[in-house]
Amino acid sequence: MQKLQGIAVSPGVAMGEALVMDNEGFRIPRRFVARDAVEHELERLDQAIRAAGEEIDANRQAVSRELGDQYGAVFSAHLQMLRDPALRIELDEMIRQRHYSPEYAVSRALRRYAKVFQSIESSYLAERVNDIFDIEKRLLRNLLGRRREELSQVISPVVVLAHNLTPSETANLNREFVRGFATEIGGPGSHTAIVAEGMEIPAVVGTGPFLTDVSGGDLVIIDGDLGLVILQPDEETIARYRHEAAEHVSRATQLEALKELPAETADGVRIELFGNIEFPHEVRHCVERGSDGIGLYRTEFLYLGAASEPDEAVHYEAYASVMNEMHDRPVIIRTCDLGADKVSHDAEETRNPTLGLRSIRLSLKNLPLFRVQLRALVRASALGDLRIMFPLISTLLELRQAKMVLADVMEDLDEEGVKFNHQLPVGMMVEVPAAVLMIDHFVDEVDFLSIGTNDLTQYTLAADRSNKDVAGLYSSADPAVLRLIRMAITAADLKQVPVNICGQMSGNSLYTLLLLGLGLRRLSVPPSTIPEIKMVCRTVTIPQCQRVADHVMTLENSRDIKNYLRDELKKVVPQLVS
Amino acid sequence: MANGTFSRTVVVTNPQGVHARPADMFVKLASQYESKIEVIKDGERVDGKSILAMLTLAAVEGTTLKLEGTGPDAEAAVAALAELVLRDFDENEPLTNK
Repeated sequence: MQKLQGIAVSPGVAMGEALVMDNEGFRIPRRFVARDAVEHELERLDQAIRAAGEEIDANRQAVSRELGDQYGAVFSAHLQMLRDPALRIELDEMIRQRHYSPEYAVSRALRRYAKVFQSIESSYLAERVNDIFDIEKRLLRNLLGRRREELSQVISPVVVLAHNLTPSETANLNREFVRGFATEIGGPGSHTAIVAEGMEIPAVVGTGPFLTDVSGGDLVIIDGDLGLVILQPDEETIARYRHEAAEHVSRATQLEALKELPAETADGVRIELFGNIEFPHEVRHCVERGSDGIGLYRTEFLYLGAASEPDEAVHYEAYASVMNEMHDRPVIIRTCDLGADKVSHDAEETRNPTLGLRSIRLSLKNLPLFRVQLRALVRASALGDLRIMFPLISTLLELRQAKMVLADVMEDLDEEGVKFNHQLPVGMMVEVPAAVLMIDHFVDEVDFLSIGTNDLTQYTLAADRSNKDVAGLYSSADPAVLRLIRMAITAADLKQVPVNICGQMSGNSLYTLLLLGLGLRRLSVPPSTIPEIKMVCRTVTIPQCQRVADHVMTLENSRDIKNYLRDELKKVVPQLVS
Repeated sequence: MANGTFSRTVVVTNPQGVHARPADMFVKLASQYESKIEVIKDGERVDGKSILAMLTLAAVEGTTLKLEGTGPDAEAAVAALAELVLRDFDENEPLTNK
């Protein structure tokens, strides 16, 4: 058993067979073979060893010819490893006695050697580790042949383990069979985190290297509550997690009872609970849990999953399906919030992407792309209560430009005789400290605000949440962040502009008392957290929350704030605090 | 011919130790003999005909290795293998050019 501590980014526990993704996208198929297939499987293994040997030998000859014999010698050692009799005996035993598939046996045996080499404090073996992986890949490629499978073709339940899932990989996943994610790098707000949240499956990121210690088909537990990844868990651990899973179900049933009840505080103040979604199909998760609307529909995946830039029809179809499912409930759709690198493949690499050309900046620089999205949004506004939100607004000028493009698009559609809501509300994300400092001006020019705590925290504290070395600085509960949030709420209240909060913070029940106490009456949260947040809302009174908020604002650091909030939450809803 | 066990102790003297190429040479030579060949380092005993096992020994320069052969041609095998180690796996010659 091996336990790894990472960052918990999506709650819950998943237990299942590992699907290990390396840079070639390998999936190692099921781990067992039927008893009567053993001889056939061994024959398959020998064929693969022979074929891999021929490949290596061909390489050796080519290199020797071009560079000289001493360079070819490296391949000679490779060949020796591939044909190592001790390895062959070990594989034979795994397949014959334990009925492992040749793929699984190869991966298991070679990774064990790699681990031994890695543990030896001598640099001369470091290179050998790569040799081992090279041989593993070569053998697997030969074993799998055309059966090599893509992630989209997964057909049995798995937990996905990867170095770092790219947005397009996650977008192309076969969701039906993925039970959880764990990645070596990444932080809260990484794409893996957002996708896992959207799929409502557990995820842990930023564990540090572990992929070399695991083979496809191994049993792995992903604990998205504690941020743990457990490789080859022992019986006791498995039993404990099974028990917890059963308890989890019973708590979910308890929360399920709240579905039909409004999010109303004990003293009768109605709180609007909205859901954050990534994909149109998640609307179902929101409706099922009785959400009052969609507070944040992220549209990035329209761009990421596709091979080419989505056209107006693709946009419209996605928006229309959400509008139709939500009927007349509000749907806030955020325009594209991507970095330049994600949209165009020939974009230059920038050294500091979070401070570079992204989000609304990219939209304003690439007007044809922006107009396509806006046209689809405006057209979809005929179907219900659609509201448009611009992300990452830093200056008044940016907001005005964006609104101008929107007005222009509306004018065009008017001329074309297309019906839409001429009064469709337009708002902005408050996630750049500069926007908060100028918020008294912004409130005169928008219909609503939405505070994005993830980016606001990162920009306020100048800390990248996915960088392990500075992630400790990153906390939405930092007093500086809370002051900015309070400033925004105060300015919005003065002009009676509705203000919403989205981001990790709003979906965490730890902060619910504080946020209500600061004056928020609309929270936009991941759908899975709606019942829990609703439970807190229904238990507390506004004066009680205000007292909590007043005290929090006197505290000097995020640790004290979190501890205090945990104690307060424990007093009101003890079952939510572990 | 009797099936005997022969052994000899040698010290690795080539600067890079038993890395991939020397291990390859050792295993190739060992495999030419019928006898079972084992290599022992600090009580750890591995198959001398397995390059992966040889590499796990991490025999760097100065390591003492005991070479043990069991079988009909054990004596000749151990002598030839010891010779290979003592010849620095034929690696010493290019070194003089450095």
